[in-house]
Amino acid sequence: MAELFVLTEHRQGEIRDVSFEMLTKGRELAKKTNTDLTAVLLGHDVENHAKRLADQVEKVLLIDDERLENFNSEAYQRVLSNLVTQRKPSLILIGHTAFGVDLAPSLATGLNLPLATDCVDLDFEEEGLAVIRQVYGGKVNVKARLRRSECYIVTVRPATFEAQEIEPLRGEIIEIESPLSEDIGYKRFIEYVEPPAGEVDVTAADILVGIGRGIKEEDNIPLVKELADALGGVLACSRPIVDKEWLQTDRQVGTSGKTVKPKLYIAIGISGAFQHVTGMKNSDLIIAINKDPKAPIFRVADYGVVDDLFKVVPVLKNKIHEAKE
Amino acid sequence: MDIIACVKHVPETAEAEINIDKSGKRIETEDLVFDINEWDDYALEEAVLLREKLGGSVVAVTVGTEEADSTLRKCLARGADRAIRLTDKAFEGSDGYATAKILHGVVKDLPYDLILAGALAGDDGYSQVGVTLAELLGIPHATMVKKIEPTGDNLRVNRELEGGLQEIVEVKLPALLTIQTGINEPRYVSIMGIRKAKKKEIKVLSLRDLDLEEDHVGESGSWMTVKRMFMPPVEKEAEILEGSPDEVASKISDILKARGLI
Repeated sequence: MAELFVLTEHRQGEIRDVSFEMLTKGRELAKKTNTDLTAVLLGHDVENHAKRLADQVEKVLLIDDERLENFNSEAYQRVLSNLVTQRKPSLILIGHTAFGVDLAPSLATGLNLPLATDCVDLDFEEEGLAVIRQVYGGKVNVKARLRRSECYIVTVRPATFEAQEIEPLRGEIIEIESPLSEDIGYKRFIEYVEPPAGEVDVTAADILVGIGRGIKEEDNIPLVKELADALGGVLACSRPIVDKEWLQTDRQVGTSGKTVKPKLYIAIGISGAFQHVTGMKNSDLIIAINKDPKAPIFRVADYGVVDDLFKVVPVLKNKIHEAKE
Repeated sequence: MDIIACVKHVPETAEAEINIDKSGKRIETEDLVFDINEWDDYALEEAVLLREKLGGSVVAVTVGTEEADSTLRKCLARGADRAIRLTDKAFEGSDGYATAKILHGVVKDLPYDLILAGALAGDDGYSQVGVTLAELLGIPHATMVKKIEPTGDNLRVNRELEGGLQEIVEVKLPALLTIQTGINEPRYVSIMGIRKAKKKEIKVLSLRDLDLEEDHVGESGSWMTVKRMFMPPVEKEAEILEGSPDEVASKISDILKARGLI
């Protein structure tokens, strides 16, 4: 039976969430197209991962090689190209992560298979595979179709599909000999670098006031800091603020920063690109202040204010002080 | 070190309101301000920093219309030595794959030790073109780079992973790196720089100059074709608080009080 591949992403001994999210979506598509859901696992000494995956899929293809211990796009590409040529899957799902963006485009180009990146949905339609992608920082969606092919490669945005627990399947674990015969020549993994310990722990705060690009100048930050102080909360931010070095990385919320779940998150001048939203959408109460009524942040907020933050924030700070008296 | 920086001229949309045009496949761009793609801005700066340290040259390359000249002028003012614009009617509708093929058409004939590109473009957000170009050229790559350290024939680079974690990898030159924002501080352009840049030439090349057939590029040379654009469905609609700043602030204060947050 034809196979639908989900490439397992794992790091430092853990299978990453996106792998289970892809398995959930993959299961739905495999059922629809009458194909076997197959988890592909590359690594070294990862029997435990293989067993865990086997509960979720019909087949686990396991390639064990010490050269696959840490992710290396060059080694992965060689192994996967081999596997795809032999087994001809109908679709390969890869996470749109630091791992996936390093691998999928070269894999697709080398095999000459159509690729769609950063997809939030996908489906087999009569004319071929259709995908939904977000463009312009999540402000607009696009429906696109891939050139008809026997096999497609899609990278899936993390935290888009919800991983579902199923009755254990006890799928088959098939060990496949690694085709790597020599050392990886061009790219070498050296080591991981853990983030430095910061001065604040935004994950522990009950109230966070997040700022984004809309703050415009570094000199405007105290304005929001005063609001955070009035609320007894902590100042957080989206990526552009850290890139400009206006705040330290320990305050960054989002994919490349922290994931937070405070009782209150006030998003100020944050448009709401998925990289940020992924890190804060599970907050108990979200209030967003942004001048663009179509800003994606309003799609995750409970309450929204469409106005100039520089007019609203000072008044809000005073109201909070009054309310506390 | 001879470096090629791939850049893109894109509309600034982070702070702007976006509307879909009549074709249903594009956004209205009349009221938008265009500039160099944010990630490419950091890539260009990194290229110039490396050249200042190691010598060599920086060539900025873009695929776009004549309007992209303002982005190329910016690159020249920042310190790029030369600029090349790839322009042809046939390029329209190119996806990330076709765009990489167009870039490959010119890059393959240029001398280079290193190619830098943004990790992402703020408009279509593929994160695809750089790595595809590397594969077409048959050179190694590393994506989402936050630090570059030259070590003779190799580069030692920090890649940004999730949650603040980084990994260090070593790649052999020549190589292609995609650059993450925050790797450096893009410099302000001096008046002198702008004046000097005006004298530098922007070379314009078309399909015929690149050994490419018409069906290698544009929609026919693409893997992916846009069918339609639509506003994202609303999963959870925020209740919009209306009124003057004073009224809105009172409403927020009441909500927080009711929830026991103040």
